[in-house]
Amino acid sequence: MEHIIKNGIVYDPLNKIDGEKKDICIRDGKIVDSVNEADANVIDASGKIVMAGGIDPHTHIAGAKVNVGRMYRPEDSKKDVESRLAGKRSGSGFSVPSTFMTGYRYAQMGYTTAMEAAMPPLLSRHTHEEFIDTPIIDHAAYPLFGNNWFVMEYLKEGDVDSCAAYVSWLLKATKGYTIKIVNPAGTEAWAWGGNVHGIHDPAPYFDITAAEIIKGLAEVNEMLGLPHAIHLHCNDLGHPGNYETTLASFDVPKGIKPNPKTGSRDAVLYATHVQFHSYGGTTWRDFVSEAGSIADYVNKNDHLVIDVGQVTLDETTTMTADGPMEYDLHSINGLKWANCDVELETGSGVVPFLYTPGAPVPSVQWAIGMELFLLINDPGKVCLTTDSPNAGPFTRYPRVISWLMSNQYRSNLIENELHKWAQRKSDIATIEREYSFYEIAQVTRSTPAQVLGLSDTKGHLGVGADADVAVYSFNPETQDPSSDYMALEEAIQNATCVLKDGNIVVKDGVVVNIGIHGRTYWIDTQLEEGIYNEVVTDVEKKFKQYYSVNFQNYPVQEEYLPRSTPVNGVML
Amino acid sequence: MEIVKNVVCPFCGTLCDDIICKVENNEIVGTINACRIGHSKFVHTEGAMRYKKPMIRKDGEFMEISYDEAIDKAAQILAESKRPLMYGWSCTECEAQAVGMELAEETKAVIDNTASVCHGPSVLALQDVGYPICTFGEVKNRADVVVYWGCNPMHAHPRHLSRHVFARGFFRERGRPDRTLIVVDPRESDTAKLADIHLQLDFDRDYELLDAMRAVLLGHEIHYDEVAGIPKELIYEAVEVLKKAQFGILFFGMGITHSRGKHRNIDIAIMMVEDLNDYGKFTLIPMRGHYNVTGFNQVATWQSGYPFCVDFSLGYPRYNPGETGANDQLQNKEADAMMVIASDPGAHFPQRALETMAEIPVIAIEPHRTPTTEMADLIIPPAIVGMEAEGTAYRMEGVPIRMKKVVDSELLSDREILEKIVERVKEIKASK
Repeated sequence: MEHIIKNGIVYDPLNKIDGEKKDICIRDGKIVDSVNEADANVIDASGKIVMAGGIDPHTHIAGAKVNVGRMYRPEDSKKDVESRLAGKRSGSGFSVPSTFMTGYRYAQMGYTTAMEAAMPPLLSRHTHEEFIDTPIIDHAAYPLFGNNWFVMEYLKEGDVDSCAAYVSWLLKATKGYTIKIVNPAGTEAWAWGGNVHGIHDPAPYFDITAAEIIKGLAEVNEMLGLPHAIHLHCNDLGHPGNYETTLASFDVPKGIKPNPKTGSRDAVLYATHVQFHSYGGTTWRDFVSEAGSIADYVNKNDHLVIDVGQVTLDETTTMTADGPMEYDLHSINGLKWANCDVELETGSGVVPFLYTPGAPVPSVQWAIGMELFLLINDPGKVCLTTDSPNAGPFTRYPRVISWLMSNQYRSNLIENELHKWAQRKSDIATIEREYSFYEIAQVTRSTPAQVLGLSDTKGHLGVGADADVAVYSFNPETQDPSSDYMALEEAIQNATCVLKDGNIVVKDGVVVNIGIHGRTYWIDTQLEEGIYNEVVTDVEKKFKQYYSVNFQNYPVQEEYLPRSTPVNGVML
Repeated sequence: MEIVKNVVCPFCGTLCDDIICKVENNEIVGTINACRIGHSKFVHTEGAMRYKKPMIRKDGEFMEISYDEAIDKAAQILAESKRPLMYGWSCTECEAQAVGMELAEETKAVIDNTASVCHGPSVLALQDVGYPICTFGEVKNRADVVVYWGCNPMHAHPRHLSRHVFARGFFRERGRPDRTLIVVDPRESDTAKLADIHLQLDFDRDYELLDAMRAVLLGHEIHYDEVAGIPKELIYEAVEVLKKAQFGILFFGMGITHSRGKHRNIDIAIMMVEDLNDYGKFTLIPMRGHYNVTGFNQVATWQSGYPFCVDFSLGYPRYNPGETGANDQLQNKEADAMMVIASDPGAHFPQRALETMAEIPVIAIEPHRTPTTEMADLIIPPAIVGMEAEGTAYRMEGVPIRMKKVVDSELLSDREILEKIVERVKEIKASK
């Protein structure tokens, strides 16, 4: 099938196209130079915005803790439902939608790729099973490494080579995509009910610090030539005064040379949901925004890319591998606490949370996220996320985009709905910057594609890219997003037309076809055989003693990847 | 003789995956590592009668029919029914369960699994107050205090203790001597006989005991000589052990989920575990029965948002246990057709539910002759998952493991049967 998207106003930062009227041609699921106009299906995009499909580099949509979030909150499921219609499955859930609904809702907003940001290796089969039932979107999952016994022991011994071999094995065994690090050393401490504070506080027994783990894994990442940088959730999440830990963590991998075998990232560190890590003060009483300090660091350094984790002021469900943080949260808000510690690997927790606009702390959290977006000068260093559903569900991305593009929208909110702390404890009310559509395309398309190492085929509309395209009914030539922000939000919430792999999947905001199943990206690397085999033998021995499943039953079989898409790292 | 290793046992929620099967002439003739229950499931020692052909009841007698005829008949029943009920699911694999969810959606059915008569109260409780759990390996490697409450794993989950209490772990190098075992059970069960502390409470008094223990934990004194039949000194002693645990675990079974108080018992048990995290680390794991009862709750949740008792009658998922459970549907005479798969309600449901089952068309997708098949109008025999068919199962605490196919079978798998029924239902509905 051939398509031509005619006369759209195109924003495509990777190809330096900023609002040009341009036709996009599609054949066999790819963007091509030209098609035969007589045969091609013509999609009229006159007066409409055309962008590549959106990419969410950090979200929680599939796997054990996500499903606990659904299972233990029927009150959330009741808030939003999807009916069974021809070719479509039903579903429910506002902050944690069911799998089919997740695919539909991303597609309706013009998003075609979303990455599950935390996969406990032992439970990775679960994540992949949910991916099978998540239609349309391409995806990958990030296995957790930051509190893994093997990683901690190899790095403690200074054996980076063995650690690299182990990481390579585990990425293959779990069909995972990147090195995810969550509260390094802290989640292991949580297995005994404790936590660590800062990056120099060692894990019990293993006696290794967050700084050592981050450094070691960053080195491993580049040894293996992985497409994405290490994906770091810093220590001390959500604690007043944590910005110092955040800045210290940012410094740890500085100086390591990026070495991606695919894609073209420059960063060696991807720091996630930085909003939760930009807090000043010492208690919730003297809590203030330190977004300025964090933004200043990002402006002055080129070795990192961040995502924000913008608070959307909703009732939502928090979920993370940061087990101790969720217990703390439960102690603060008293809402039901779920937890799952996973042997030798990681932990996790789930707690509902209400970001009430009129409450002091959520107002400041909202302001901090906005400050990060607006104070970091280069949108090539920022990705738009809500750490869905932690700071708010991904279905609020259109609202976040409208906030970024309209100072008036923000001012109305600050003046009329937010607690006065938003103004007193942050500088948000003084910032007038408004994002352009080009910059929006950066934070939702090109920047995530590049830092994920997928920019050859994702995040742009150049020839050879996957034909994932979104068309939005908003005319930048006649409409001003700064004042017409509600129309903008509506236009992005319900895209006029979305193509995935060259198939029209959404028309007028409605999913009309689920097309082919999304790709599962995973990492295939090959290290020197001697050390690889040695490490696998060591792992197998420890499995017998300390795991509760057999070594041979651990790796995720190919049956769980309907559209397996390996990405190569270093191949020998 | 062929040896097949790393086989996963399709019996209980412990989901042992270290079974070795001995195979001769496409038949499992022996096992290594399996418990007695698992072994007899693998080798079929119990003289079970296995169906090899689909059967339909005509004039009170069963007649053999082809798979195509059976599938057509099943699809007709479901397509014509106004409020079909699909029940069971706990002894089959997740891919089949996933197709079952689609079938339920397509026929606007109520779908429910055996959790509604076993750990359903635990599900309601975790929806009330939370769900702090861990995986088995954490127990083996770290636990110094293990509590079994209202369960008798020596009989129901025979390898549970050897894997988690007696086993040596990383931080518990000596295994059993490094752990304190507390068993709470009104009976002197075989598990209780192994305990360091046996709290032999009065029957149906779980809530009172838990409430007293929480009170002590929160610093209060007990003003009675005994609570729930347990002397207060013993309660103090037990609470002291729990408080001093570096890593404690509470395993709980149907002795507490189905004694008086039901989900309120689990509410307070979960809250006690939460309280205990102020002292050390404490988590819990429900002792799930069928090997993949957990799997259905997972699949139903990720597809619909709800773990069981899901009602698709309005075209989107609704959840209201008490109205949309299998027993509610049967006892209130709402269900007008029933499909049973991978379970045996005929043996376990109350009389009033069975009375409705006897009145409405019942389809049984079931390998063996059971009380349910005796009541059925249509029997479709599947290959047995874990022996003759592959697929995923979730261990009681949520670890997914791939079930193996050890021998071949000419029978269709549950998943294949369900896929064909879905397809046929769609055809029938399209033709109307």
